[in-house]
Amino acid sequence: MLTAMHRKLLRDLWHAKGQALAIALVLSCGVAMLVMSLTTLHSLTATIDRYYNEYRFAHIWAYLERAPKTLLPRVAEIPGVSHVQTRVVADVNLDLEDMPEPAIGRLISIPDRQQPMLNDLHIRQGRWIEPGRRGEVLVSHAFAEAHQLRSGDTVRAIINGRLRTLTIVGVALSPEYIYEIREGDLLPDNKRFGVFWMGETELAAAFDLEGSFNSITLSTLPGANREEIIARLDRLTERYGGLGAFERSEQTSHRLISGELEQLRAMAVITPVIFFAVALFLLNMALSRIVGTQREQIAALKAFGYSRWEIGLHYLQFVLIIATVGSIIGVALGAWFGRALTLFYAHFFRFPWHEYHLDWRVVVPTIAVGLAVASIGAVAAVRRAVMLPPAEAMRPEPPPEFRPTIIERIGIQSFLSQTARMVLRTLERRPLRAAMTTLGIAFAASVMILGSFSSDIVDYLIDYEFHRSQRQDVTVTFFDSTAGRAERELANMPGVLHAEGFRAIPARLRFEQRSERVGIMGVPSGSSLMHLMDDQERRIVLPNDGLVVSDKLADLLRISVGDVVTIEVLERERPERQVPVAAVVRQYTGQGAWMDRQAAQRLMREQDRISGAHLAVDSDQLTALYAALKETPGVSGVTIKRAAVDSFMETYAEIVLTMRLFNIIFGSIIAIGVVYNAARITFAERSHELATLRVIGFSRGEVSAILFGELTVLTLIAIPVGLFIGYWFSVLAVLAMDTEDLRMPMVIEPATYATAAATVLVATIASVLFVRRGIDRLDLVAVLKTGT
Amino acid sequence: MPAEKKEVADTHDSTSVSDSAAVSEAVFVARGVTKVYRMGEVHVHALRGIDLDLYAGELVVMLGASGSGKSTLLNILGGLDVPTDGTVRYRDHDLTRADDVALTRYRRDHVGFVFQLYNIIPSLTARENVALVTEIARNPMSPEEALDMVGLKERMDHFPAQLSGGEQQRVAIARAVAKQPEVLLCDEPTGALDVRTGVVVLEVIERINRELGTTTVIITHNVSIAEMAERVISLSDGRIAEIKQNRTKRPPAEITW
Ligand SMILES: Nc1ncnc2c1ncn2[C@@H]1O[C@H](COP(=O)(O)OP(=O)(O)OP(=O)(O)O)[C@@H](O)[C@H]1O
Ligand SMILES: [Mg+2]
Repeated sequence: MLTAMHRKLLRDLWHAKGQALAIALVLSCGVAMLVMSLTTLHSLTATIDRYYNEYRFAHIWAYLERAPKTLLPRVAEIPGVSHVQTRVVADVNLDLEDMPEPAIGRLISIPDRQQPMLNDLHIRQGRWIEPGRRGEVLVSHAFAEAHQLRSGDTVRAIINGRLRTLTIVGVALSPEYIYEIREGDLLPDNKRFGVFWMGETELAAAFDLEGSFNSITLSTLPGANREEIIARLDRLTERYGGLGAFERSEQTSHRLISGELEQLRAMAVITPVIFFAVALFLLNMALSRIVGTQREQIAALKAFGYSRWEIGLHYLQFVLIIATVGSIIGVALGAWFGRALTLFYAHFFRFPWHEYHLDWRVVVPTIAVGLAVASIGAVAAVRRAVMLPPAEAMRPEPPPEFRPTIIERIGIQSFLSQTARMVLRTLERRPLRAAMTTLGIAFAASVMILGSFSSDIVDYLIDYEFHRSQRQDVTVTFFDSTAGRAERELANMPGVLHAEGFRAIPARLRFEQRSERVGIMGVPSGSSLMHLMDDQERRIVLPNDGLVVSDKLADLLRISVGDVVTIEVLERERPERQVPVAAVVRQYTGQGAWMDRQAAQRLMREQDRISGAHLAVDSDQLTALYAALKETPGVSGVTIKRAAVDSFMETYAEIVLTMRLFNIIFGSIIAIGVVYNAARITFAERSHELATLRVIGFSRGEVSAILFGELTVLTLIAIPVGLFIGYWFSVLAVLAMDTEDLRMPMVIEPATYATAAATVLVATIASVLFVRRGIDRLDLVAVLKTGT
Repeated sequence: MPAEKKEVADTHDSTSVSDSAAVSEAVFVARGVTKVYRMGEVHVHALRGIDLDLYAGELVVMLGASGSGKSTLLNILGGLDVPTDGTVRYRDHDLTRADDVALTRYRRDHVGFVFQLYNIIPSLTARENVALVTEIARNPMSPEEALDMVGLKERMDHFPAQLSGGEQQRVAIARAVAKQPEVLLCDEPTGALDVRTGVVVLEVIERINRELGTTTVIITHNVSIAEMAERVISLSDGRIAEIKQNRTKRPPAEITW
C-alpha cells in the first residue's frame, strides 16, 4: 500500500519533475555510454573469440621465399606446436570491369578438397572449389560486396605474368581477414584490395611452387612457449628466405582490431565519468535545496516519531528513483547505441555472425554504478536531513547573512544597478555553489569538445599522413626488387609527372633485448614525395647515413638519436648491420623506419635496385596510366592513395555527422541539466522574495533579470573554463587511445570550440526561458501565504 | 472529572505505584531544567531552572510573554530537545539521558504535537497529513474520523495551499489527536482561529483529554483559554512565575475572547 510518506515522495518528485528529468537524462547519458561501450566490447570480444575458436585462427605466421613441403614434419616437431599448415600466398593484379584502375588480389591456397584447416573459411554464399576444375576461386566478402560479385562472376588476374580468368564459386570470410587491409596500408580499401582463395595444386603450379610453399601458419598448444617456437621456426626457415615468424599481436587484422577494442575500452571509462560527475553534482544540488526548504517538514516528521533512518531513506529514495529512471533510459539508449556501434564496426570488421548481446553482466553493474553515483550525490543532503535537530527546525530559518560585495567594497557600486547588486551579492554569498554551477556548465562544453575532437584528429591525421607527409598519388610495388631503371620507365608512362623509386627492406630491428619487425623504406634523400617531419612538424632532410625512425618505433624500442641499432635484414643475403639512429620523426600511424635510398642499397650490398616507386600523376590521364600499369610485368600492386582516402572519408563522414549530432545532444543535456537546475533552485529558494518584489511593483522583466543575471554571469565564466577543461580531457583521451598502430595528434579545430560554446549558450538561454514561464505564472498570493 | 484516571496498561509501572499516594500520579517530573542557546558570544537563557510535575490526565494551560520559554519547555517535554541541565522524566523514560532512538520511540508511541507553525506537509492532502501519523501509531483512529472531529470532513482531500490558515491549524490538530496519544502538546493551537472555530478546536482537545485521559499541555497567549484548564502555569523569563489551580474547569463552549 502507498503510505503517506510514499505519496509525499511521489508528489515532491512530480513537483520537481523538470529537474528530476534533467538529472535523470544526464545520468542516463553516462549509463548509455558505459552500456554502449561495454556491451559492444563484450559482444565484439565474444564474437571474435568464438570466430577464432571455431575457425581455428592460427597463433603464428611465417612467410618465406619457397621451402619444400618436406620441411613440414620438422616444424610439427617443434615442442608446443599443435597444427601446422603450409600454403602459397601471392599478391596479383586484378583487372576489373567496373573500374579502370588495377586492384590487388591476394591469392591464398586452400586444400583442393574441403577439410578442416587453420584460418578456416566461412562460406557465406556458394560452395568450395571443385578439385580439378581450373580457375575456381572463393572471394572475400568485403571485396565481393564492394564489387557486387556473386558465384558465377569472373575476374581477370595477371598471375605470374599471364592473364587468367578466375571464376567465383563462393563468397567467404576468414578470421585472418576480419579487417581486410593490406599490410602497411593505413586505410582499408575494399574496392582495390581483395582476398581470393584458390586450390593449392593450381596456385602452386601457377607460381612454380609445386611441392613447395611460401607461407606457413601454425597453432600452438595451451601454455606453449611461443617465443621459443618462433625462434626455432626462424632457424628452420632462414635458409628458405624466411621473413621472420610472428605472433597474432603482429598479424595485421588482429592487431588493428585489438587497437580498436583498446580505444573503445578507453572511451568506455572517460566519457561516462564526466556524465556521472555532473549527475552527482546536480543531485547534490537539487536534494540539498529540497532538504533546505523542507526543514520544517522534516522537523514535524521527526516530532511524530519518524526515525532518522526513515527520514534518511525517504530522501535517498528521492534520488534513487531519479537514478533508476535515468539508468533504465540509459540502458535502453546504451543498447540502441551499442547495436548501432556494432553495426558500424561491421563496415570494417567482417564476421560470419553479428551478435549483439545486452549482457546482464554489463547491465546490472552499470545500473549499480548509476545508483551508487546518485547515492554519493545524495549523501550530504541526506545527512543534513538525518542530523537536523527537530526543535531548532521548529523555528523559521533565520534570514541569510548578506554583506556588501567586493565590488561594492572597493567602491564602484555607483555603476551598478540595484538588480546587478542583488545578483552579485547572491553569487558572493554562496561562492561554492556558484563555482559548482560554473563547473557543471563548463562540463557541458568540455563533453562536446571531447566528443568532437576525434573527428578533428582524423581530419588532421589524414592531412598529415596523406597530404603533407606522403605526397604521392600512386604507389607501384614490384614482385621483386628491380633494377633502378624501372624508375625511368615509370616516369615515362602517360600522366606521370614525377617518379621516385624506393627500396623497401623487410628487417628486424634490435636494440638491447627488444626487437620489432619493420619495413625499412629507402627513399631518395631529396625526396619530394616523401616528407619526413620532426616533432614540431618541420620538414627534415634525410641524412646520407643512419636510420630514421618514427617516434612510435623509438618508443617501442626505447631508442633515441645516437643509439646504434642492429638491422637484421630478412631478405636475400640476410645481412646483419649496426646502424646509428640519425633522427626520430613524427608519424601518427604505423611504425616506420627510413634510410637514404643509396644507404639502403649499400646496406644490401647491391647496385641500384628498387622495390617500387611513388608517383605524382596528372589526374586527367589516370585512365591511360592505369591501362599502362596493367600491362607492365613485374608490378605486384598499385595503391591509389586518393581513392583509399576518399572511400574512407565517405564512410567516415557519415559517422562524423552522427557523432556530431550526438555530441550536440549530449552537451545540451548537460548544459540544460545544469542551467535548468540552477535556475529552478534559485527560483524555488527565492520565490518568496521574488513574489514580494512583484507585489511591491517590480515588473516581470526586472524580476527575471535578477534571477537570470546570476546564470548569465556563470555561463559566461563557464564557457572558457569548459573549453579549457575540454582540451585537457581530450589530452587524456589521446593518451588513453594511443595504440601501437595509431598515435593521435592533439588538435582541436576552432570550429569545435565555437560549436561547443554556441551549444552551451543556446542551451542556457533555452532553459532560462523555460524557467521564466514559472515567473510569469508565479502565484503571488499562494507564495506569500505558504512561504514555500 | 480529574480524579477519574484511565491507566494505560502498558505504561503502568513501579513509578506510578510508588506515587499512588498522590491524588494522581505525576507522569512528567522536571527538576532544575535549564536551557541555554549558545550563539557565538551570546548566551540565551531560554529556561532558568524549571521544577514541574504534570499529572496523568490533567489539562494544563501555559501562559507567558513572548520569548519566556514556553515553546522551549514544550519541546523538551515532547522529546524534541534536551535540556542543558536538569532532569526530565516521563513515567519510566529519562528524557534527559535518552538517545535519539529512544526519543524517537518516545515521540512515536506517546506524544501528539500541535506546532506553533502548523508544520503541515504542503505536498500532502489534509487526509494524508493525518495518515502520516496514524500509519505509524499503535492505536490510531482513522484520519477521516480525526478530521471530522475538527470539522474538516468536507475538505479532507484538499491540499494545504487550498486551505485557509485556520483550516491548516485544524489539520494540525487532527493530526495530533488522531494517534490517540497519552500526551498532547499544543503550541498556540488557536492562534489563527476566530472564536467559533477556536472553540471547536478546544473542544476536540478537551474531548481527547477527557475520553482518553491524555495528559495535555496547551500554550496560549489567550488568558480566557486558561479557564478550561485544571492548572495554569505562567512562565516569565525562563522561570515558573506562578501555578494556579482552577477550582472549576470551564467547558470550551463557554469561553469567549
Ligand atoms: N534555537 C534557538 N537558538 C537561539 N535562541 C533560541 C532558540 N530557540 C529559542 N531561542 C530563544 O529562547 C527564548 C525562548 O524561546 P521560546 O521559543 O521558548 O519562546 P516562547 O515563549 O515560545 O515565545 P513565543 O510566545 O513568541 O512563541 C527566546 O529568547 C528565543 O529567542
Ligand atoms: Mg513559542
